[in-house]
Amino acid sequence: MSADQAAAADASDVTVDATGLLCPLPIIELAKAAKGLPAGTAITVLCTDLAARIDVPAWARMTGHEFVGESRTDGEGVALTVRLR
Amino acid sequence: MFLDASGSAPMTNRTLEAFHAGLADGWADPSRLHTESRRARQLVDAAREAFADVLGTRPEHTHLSHSPHTGLERIIAGIFAARRGRDRIVGTAIERDATLLAAHHLAGGNVTTVPVDTLGHVDLDALAAELAVPDVALAAVQHGNHEIGTLQRLDQVAEVTRSANVPLVVDATASIGHGASPEHWDALVANPADWGGPSGLGIVALQPRTRWLPSWPEGDDWAPGGVFVPSVLAAAVALQERTEQLESTTERLRGLVARVRATAATWPGVDVVGDPDERLPHIVTFSCLYVDGESLLSRLDREGIAVGSGSACTTSTLEPSRVLASVGALSHGNVRLGLHPGVTEEQISRLLALMPRVIADLRAEAGAPEL
Repeated sequence: MSADQAAAADASDVTVDATGLLCPLPIIELAKAAKGLPAGTAITVLCTDLAARIDVPAWARMTGHEFVGESRTDGEGVALTVRLR
Repeated sequence: MFLDASGSAPMTNRTLEAFHAGLADGWADPSRLHTESRRARQLVDAAREAFADVLGTRPEHTHLSHSPHTGLERIIAGIFAARRGRDRIVGTAIERDATLLAAHHLAGGNVTTVPVDTLGHVDLDALAAELAVPDVALAAVQHGNHEIGTLQRLDQVAEVTRSANVPLVVDATASIGHGASPEHWDALVANPADWGGPSGLGIVALQPRTRWLPSWPEGDDWAPGGVFVPSVLAAAVALQERTEQLESTTERLRGLVARVRATAATWPGVDVVGDPDERLPHIVTFSCLYVDGESLLSRLDREGIAVGSGSACTTSTLEPSRVLASVGALSHGNVRLGLHPGVTEEQISRLLALMPRVIADLRAEAGAPEL
């Protein structure tokens, strides 16, 4: 992850904790959180199901949002950040 | 209706008859000297000639193995052994597990995978850069991908491997019997079960120039303990039948696949995967946002429809498909159809009519938001 992406992840407006959920549930939680939020909002999803590393970028591509990047969390999982468009 | 003909397909009556004839006439051990053995041996030899003919090589360079998996293992091991001093294996990111497992086992993890683009075509510049380092024993590149259907441009791949003097091993286990055989390879592996022959048989074809050394105790015997003659005969007859009907079948299945792709693309939140044109004629894959793959397969199974999937929850390892990940496709809610020649327009119509309701039901059950 680049410094820019790290900064973007830090500046996330909304965090969705999908720890322990299996796909497609983390993506469903992300989509629910995204409903009604304005363009430009950054959302970070915390996941332990690593399929989300594939599916969060794919979700962003399919729904017209921007995938910002991923970083590791303190535990087993990853933090995946998107920016709404 | 069976729409999962990828790696296995229903046998036709003609293939079943050949199998029975093989049981009646080919029960003897082909390696012995009496009349009964000679008859069994003649059946195997005739089949090998038929395979060689379709694959574009000579019978003496066409070997039978106990499965496509062991065929891949043996040819990768055989070429690796002949390339002493070169200890790295290069493959594409979307090769079969069998290929990459064999490579890792032999090269002690010294394996490089070359990325593919979003349609599944290997990055030729990246491949050339890997092969420019003179430590590469062989390159493994699939012909057609078993999950997303994309056909590699093997003419261009072979230019790269040839100019680097690296043998090219082509996994054609998903493509032989479904279109013209590839022309550019040093070694090729085919899977008779994929074209409607019996399972438990693999075919390895080599070019006369291809150097290999047996790295197994049985020397040049590729199938220690012998092959099952009825399977070999049935596999050859199945391939002959497919070859005779290739043009009409391919055109028809290509039309059905195009129809599935076009229709699925109109469903909200559905990702259609693979190259639209340069593809196997019988494989079609799409992924449905917010849908659990296992529930989808079970629901279709209750409707009497058998499909495949690369979603994590449908695999034995619970890992998402490496192929879907490599092309950046959605990995959940994945449906893979493999159409055999008996699939009808009506069956596809029924599936296409049913899918939107199934997807909507499963999304509602999972509490997914509107798309």
